[in-house]
Amino acid sequence: MAESRVACDLQSPSDVEYIEGVVELATQRCRELKLSPAKCSLNVPVALSEALSNAILRGNDSTGGKQVRIRAIVSDTDLVFEIVDEGRGFDLEECTQDCTTEENITKEEGRGLFLMRRLMDRVESFRREGNVVRLTLRRE
Amino acid sequence: MSFSIKKQAEVVVVDVEGQLIVGNRQELKQKVLDELEKGEKKFLIDFSQTGYIDSSGLGVLVSLSKKIREQGGELRLANLNDDLQTLFELTKLDTLFQISDTRERALESF
Repeated sequence: MAESRVACDLQSPSDVEYIEGVVELATQRCRELKLSPAKCSLNVPVALSEALSNAILRGNDSTGGKQVRIRAIVSDTDLVFEIVDEGRGFDLEECTQDCTTEENITKEEGRGLFLMRRLMDRVESFRREGNVVRLTLRRE
Repeated sequence: MSFSIKKQAEVVVVDVEGQLIVGNRQELKQKVLDELEKGEKKFLIDFSQTGYIDSSGLGVLVSLSKKIREQGGELRLANLNDDLQTLFELTKLDTLFQISDTRERALESF
């Protein structure tokens, strides 16, 4: 089994104003880990931004005083992000909608989980000391 | 991240500098709606200086497009880099917007 290590462990106030800075820090670590340029400029920032938005706006319900934790775990093969909020969690399958259908394409909302799942190799949601969304991206 | 607005010919041109994300999408929306309220009809959003766009940013573009059309106007986009083009293709929003390679071509298309 590939050895893994924590590449980044951050705690952020539950406020969307912090998302850009957190994403920039995480993306910088990805560049240091020699992830491909496209993964550093598209997959990671967009998927991470979506996961953080969900954690802050839905998981923590935009409540001040709550926190979001972001951990990046790297192995030879994978980069894994875990975003932890203080919410009750959600059913990933139930909440993901196809935003490309004729009915949904003109809606303002509903693209977040869809994008996360298209830009990452695996997306999981489960409970462990809070609600965890785990994003897995293969390094190659 | 910031938005600058200027008028070129009869077109309101908006430059998105940095990211278009959940934290700043309302600012873009309000700036464009203010121009729409003043009676402007032709809008071009130029992404040549844009990093990434999240689903909230995409949603604002969809919403603005609808509101501008309802007032008899048009919203066009220009200068999507490869990453942004991929994002529009994944969400099929490339089928919803008229997108030009350059600002000049977009301005000529009105």
